[in-house]
Parts: sequence; C-alpha cells; structure tokens
Amino acid sequence: MADAPEKARDPEKEKRKIKSVSKMKEIMTNYYIEAKTARDSGKKVAWITSGGPVEPLIAMDVIPVYPENHGAMIGASKMGVDLCEKAEEMGYSRDLCSYARADIASAATNGGPIGGLPEPDFLVCCNNICGTVLKWYEVAARYYNVPLFILDTPFVHREFSDAARDYVIRQIYEYIDFLEVQCGKKADFDRMQEVGKLSVESMRLWQAVLDVAAHKPAPMSAFDAFFHLALIVTLRGKPVVVDYYQGLLDEMNERIRDGIAMVPNEKYRLLWDNLPIWYKTKWLSEKFASHDACLVADTYTSAWSGVLPLIDENNFLETMSVAYTKIYINISIDLMIDKLREMIRKYDADGLVMHSNRSCKPYSLGQYDLQKMVMKELKIPTLIIEADMVDERQFSESQIDTRIDAFMETLKS
Amino acid sequence: MNPFDLFASVSRSPYAHARAEKKNDGKKRIGYFCSYAPEELVHAAGAIPFRLFGARRDIRAADAHLQSYCCSLVRGGLEDALQKELDFLDGAVFPHTCDSIQRLSDIWRLNAGFPIHFDVVMPVKLNTSSARQYMIDVLAKFRKDLEESLQVSISDDAIVESIRLYNRIRDRLEKLYLIRSGNPESLPPSAMNMVMKSAMIMDRAVFLEALEQLLETLSNTKAQSGGSKRKRILISGGICNHPDIYDVLAEAGGDVVWDDLCTGYRYAGGRIDESADPIEAIADRYLTRMACPAKHLSNTARGEHLLEAVREQKIEGVVFLLLKFCDPHAFDYPYLKQFLDDKGIPNILVEVEEQPAPEGQLRTRFETFVDML
Ligand code: SF4
Ligand code: SF4
Ligand code: SF4
Repeated sequence: MADAPEKARDPEKEKRKIKSVSKMKEIMTNYYIEAKTARDSGKKVAWITSGGPVEPLIAMDVIPVYPENHGAMIGASKMGVDLCEKAEEMGYSRDLCSYARADIASAATNGGPIGGLPEPDFLVCCNNICGTVLKWYEVAARYYNVPLFILDTPFVHREFSDAARDYVIRQIYEYIDFLEVQCGKKADFDRMQEVGKLSVESMRLWQAVLDVAAHKPAPMSAFDAFFHLALIVTLRGKPVVVDYYQGLLDEMNERIRDGIAMVPNEKYRLLWDNLPIWYKTKWLSEKFASHDACLVADTYTSAWSGVLPLIDENNFLETMSVAYTKIYINISIDLMIDKLREMIRKYDADGLVMHSNRSCKPYSLGQYDLQKMVMKELKIPTLIIEADMVDERQFSESQIDTRIDAFMETLKS
Repeated sequence: MNPFDLFASVSRSPYAHARAEKKNDGKKRIGYFCSYAPEELVHAAGAIPFRLFGARRDIRAADAHLQSYCCSLVRGGLEDALQKELDFLDGAVFPHTCDSIQRLSDIWRLNAGFPIHFDVVMPVKLNTSSARQYMIDVLAKFRKDLEESLQVSISDDAIVESIRLYNRIRDRLEKLYLIRSGNPESLPPSAMNMVMKSAMIMDRAVFLEALEQLLETLSNTKAQSGGSKRKRILISGGICNHPDIYDVLAEAGGDVVWDDLCTGYRYAGGRIDESADPIEAIADRYLTRMACPAKHLSNTARGEHLLEAVREQKIEGVVFLLLKFCDPHAFDYPYLKQFLDDKGIPNILVEVEEQPAPEGQLRTRFETFVDML
C-alpha cells in the first residue's frame, strides 16, 4: 500500500489509491478469523514458513498460518521493538532475526496486533529461505510440544545436483505421509493436482501484477507489492487468490489506460532489494516520491513467482519441490546477479536500493559484492540502507534521510 | 621439542607452522571452517585439512564484503584470506551449515583468489533415511570433486586408511580428555585448547605421534580422589579461539574439565566404522555424533547431551561461550540454559566479539561465578 496521507481528501491523491486494497484487507481479516477459530470448527492448524509448500496443506483442509507474515504485521503496526525486547528478556540475542524474536515473544505473551497466532497442531519448516527458520521452528516445537516436519532444500551454490533433486522429491512424499498421519486421513492426489493448478494460476497472475510496473509511469510501486504479497504467501492454491489478483490486475491495466501513476511526475525508477522495512514503508515511499522517484520493483515479492517456469502443472508436487529449492534467496551470489540484471533491464531501473537487513543474513550477506557487480556491469548508482525489517531500534532516520538525498543527487546528475 | 611445547607453538602461530610444514612435505593444504568438513576424504586425497579459527585482528579488507553483523569466524577468516595471510592454502572446503558460512562460501570463491573451492551441501536434518542417502551422495560427490581438483584418484583403501588414522586420533584425544577430567592438574588450563587446535592444523600423522608421546608422559597420572576445592566447569558453544579464557577461569578457581565445542570435544566424538563401506561409514558418523545447532537431530538432542555430559563429568558450572552474531548457537542458548536451570546447574553466558571482553571484566565475572558454585 502506498499509504497516501489520510488528511484532507485531495482528489489527486484519491485517484492514486488502489481500490482493491479494501477487498484485500477483508480477505486477510477473514483468513485470520478462520485461523483463530479453527479449534471450534474442528480444523487443524499448521505453521509453515513462507517459502514452504503450502499446497498440500490446503488440499488436506489444514489452515496454514505464517509466523513470518505475522512478523511483518507486527513490524507494520510498529509493535516490533516491544516484542523484540521481550524476546531478549527471554534470553534470545538481539542479533537474531526480528521476525523470530517478535513471534517467539508474541507466543509467550499473546502480544502483537492480533493477540498472538493460533496455536499449531504441527509445524512445517522449509529451509529454502534460511537456517533461522530451522532454529525458530525448533523453538516452537518445544514450546507447543507438537511435531515438526522439515523440508530440507539444499542450497544451490553453483549447481543443483541430481542427488539434491532426488532428496527433495523424496521429501515431498515424506511430507504427504506426515500430513496423512497428522490429519488422520489419506491424501487425495486429484485434489492436490487441482490445488496445484490454482497455485500456479495465482503465481502467474501475481507475476502479471508485478509486471505492470514495467510500464512508464508505473501504476503501482514496490510498496504496493509488499502489501499485496500476503495473499500469494499465505493462501496460494485457494480460488479467492486467483479472483483477487485478477481483479487487481484489471485495476492496474485500467490505471495504465487512464495514465494514473503511483508517483506523480515519475522521473526515476528504482529497484529495491531485500525485505521491506515494515515500520517505515510510508516514510520511505514519500521520501522517494519527493524526489520524483518510484521504487518500481523489488527482488523480494517476485520470489513466489520467479520460479514459475520450473513448475509443470501436470507434475505439480515434484516439480514444485524442485522449483522451491531454486528461489532467489537459496542460490549463490553469482546466480543472484543474473536475476538482478534481468530485473534491472525489465523494469528499466535507473538505480538500485539495497536494504542491508540485519535480521536476514542469507539475504544481506553478499549484497556488497552484488552492489559492486551492478555498478561495474550495469553502471547504475546504488544505495545501501543499513536497517532492520521489524526492529526499529536499528533504523537511523536522519542518517538514512541524508543518504537518500545524496543518492538521489547522484542519480539526477 | 616435547609434545606439549610443540602444541603450544603450533596453536600460537598456526599459519607459520603450516607454511614451514608445507615447505617440507609439499602437500596441499585445504582450509575449512567447520567440523562438518569431511576431513577424512581430504586426507585420503593426499592433502592436509587446515582449520581456520577466525582471526583476532582488526577487520579492514573484509568490511568491503561483509556487514558488521556477521560472526568473527566468518569475518576474520575472510580478512586473513584477503590480506594474503593464507598463502599456504591451495583452497578451501565449505560444508553447508549456517547462513553466514553459506554466503561466505560465495564471497570467498569470488574474491579470495584460490584455485580450488568445494561446496559440500550436506543435509540439514540428520534423522531420516532420505537425509542419510543424501549425505552419502554428497560425500561421494565430494570425493569425485577432490579427485578432479587435486588430480588424484582416491581408492577405497586410501579412505579406509585415512579413517583408521582419524579413529586413532579421536580415540587418543578422548583419552586425553578423560585424563584431564580425572585430574585437572595433570595439564595446564589451556592445554586441551592447544592440543585440539593442533589436531586440526598439523599433518595428522605427525600430530598423532606427538599426541601419543604426550599420553605416554601422562600414563602415570592418577585420578584425583576428590576433596579438591576447585570447581569443575564445562564450556559449551561453537568455536573457542581464546585460550586465555581457560587461564582466567583457572585463576578464579575453576577448571575446564569438559566442553561441548566444535573445536573441542565435538571434534573428538564419534568413531567411523572401519569395516563398512567407507563413504557410508563417514556419513554415519555425522549422523550419529553430537550435532551442531546448525543441524537437526531432534528438538532436544543438544540439551539432553549437555545434561549427560554434566552428569558424567560431574560438572558444577557451565560457561556458555558464544560468538556474537552466531545465530544457530544463540537460538539454542535459552533452551539449553533452561535445561540446566531446571537441574540446578549454575551457568553464565560469555559473548565474544572479535576480541573477548577485557580481561579484568572477565576475571570479575568468573570469580563471582566460581564463588557461587
Ligand atoms: S532470517 Fe531472513 S529469511 Fe529467515 S525468517 Fe528471518 S527474514 Fe525470513
Ligand atoms: S558450531 Fe558447528 S556449524 Fe558452527 S562452525 Fe562449528 S562445527 Fe560448524
Ligand atoms: S555456526 Fe556460528 S560461529 Fe560458525 S560460522 Fe556460523 S555463525 Fe559463525
């Protein structure tokens, strides 16, 4: 959401607001209500990592819950510092991922914007995003005393070996076995296939939504992508996601037709790297807009659709497990640069803004090298912002303000 | 040189030692950062595995590649490589463990300028049959990669021979641990740290010989019959590159008699079956010895293991020695502490950045801690 200022109803600003937003909020609210009342309706709740294969859960009628999405909500509602401090009192180092810290503290205190997540019946951890989730889910497994399934997706340094392929494919079937035991019923593979089709369809639509920002001026920005991301993460495989993204895509195409840009007078187009700084999205989008700059795309939100070409709808389970192993954050720097290059060209970006996110080592370590490669090869200016996605204590506003000004000056000259 | 002086000198200047050794034996040196590096295979390929412990120095060159929120092992290792301090290495091997090592591997490969580089992308979980199969496949692939890069062929016999050597080393190391645990006065406070470091630096056959000599000189050591006022301490954590901590603890009245460190007992633990298929046997050691926090054996394996060591070694206090910014260990700390608290075992946390806290400060903390026991 670009978070246009609320004050007076400036028609100029009203025009730029994305209409679908309210529908999205409604879907997410309903989803959380359903999850929070799952016990009453006799449904199982599974916690799952954002990069994990959710489709089998949906096919088995399990309600997936995403601690990371919860972490983002905590960050956006500026409750991060308080919860992080509580986790630190519990003995968790301040240097650990703030999603994990905030979520662990929220579980222990029923704190945060929705009073804590619904308790899990079991946990599904896929380490394609990081090693942090393994440790975080072990903490949760001990805390709730529930079974933990680990889907281990070997990191792709230079190659993805046949052995790694066999390993993830074997695990996807172990995953199904695990679900059958947890749910006390057989998996319905036809249903799985259907859910897989819907998931692929949502990814396709999500990618199409992101692609609209290639248009000049961009009808939406990365900040809007951050907001609309929640659905592809949490509910892909459900029909409501397909409908929603179709509607959003239509709205975007309408905006293009009507010449509505997210940033009025868009002159500079920037690419964002890493997770959003959830408690500062509004400040950042206004800051860049004041320089006539629009963050048109980012490396983060496309993680859920970037592997689309690797998925075969007709062999969904197996190809999906391989595809999920090759997502942006699970590949080496020299493979990442290929993707960055592709995005910079596709969106015709004039500059790159990298969020060096203290919380997220797999995303952030290596950024300095990527930055050098981009400057050398693509000859565009780059900016590194040292911060954290949820822990506001790591954000120095005046310093970042000055750095953005300086960066924009280089860009303009 | 008597074996003890040798270990002291090797651990004080590992790089100089490796350089001198290499001049003599002409063997390749392969660097590694982590106890999941399949040393037995490197050794079978005729090279010597050399453990990097992270430097204790100011970081300059590595700052251009790594953020400050990264452990000193990773930052220090890269710094030394970029400063050309590691000119005796021919390359390095990176087993997959934590997120920081994972990225260091990329950065190292792209910047450190070594001709040889291995990624050994092991499984993260160690408790399923598919993980075992994958572990075996990964080790078999590493063997092939070694053969290609070092231009050698590695026979099964060579691996078995290497396994035998490593088994003997681990066996002797364990003996030494037990002697010192039985009688902490038998060796100076930081002796184990020096021996363990030397075990990961020296030509392994030469090391074994010296270790056996040392054991020989200790063969008459009698276990203490109790009654000592000194306290029995266990150190738990990842790597320990700060032998002075042992001395400061000793002066405060505590003897480190056991540890759960990857540069300590975790290295010595676990044997490899000499009669099984060698690759499978190496895999099985990794799957059964005590896991590091970056790997998954079970949700509570490390806690149970810690309590067991506390019981067996009659430990009176535990020092958690953690590197700042080390995620896997920091995540385990609260639960390990809880396990100890529940059993009434006193414990303290010492966090180490590039340098440990000033000695005076450590001394006061340790004195208070030991007094409390
Ligand atoms: S470390 Fe990074 S990828 Fe992992 S949970 Fe935290 S933010 Fe997400
Ligand atoms: S603690 Fe374990 S994973 Fe970390 S460096 Fe040591 S051996 Fe490797
Ligand atoms: S396990 Fe910890 S100490 Fe070892 S490299 Fe990773 S972060 Fe550093």
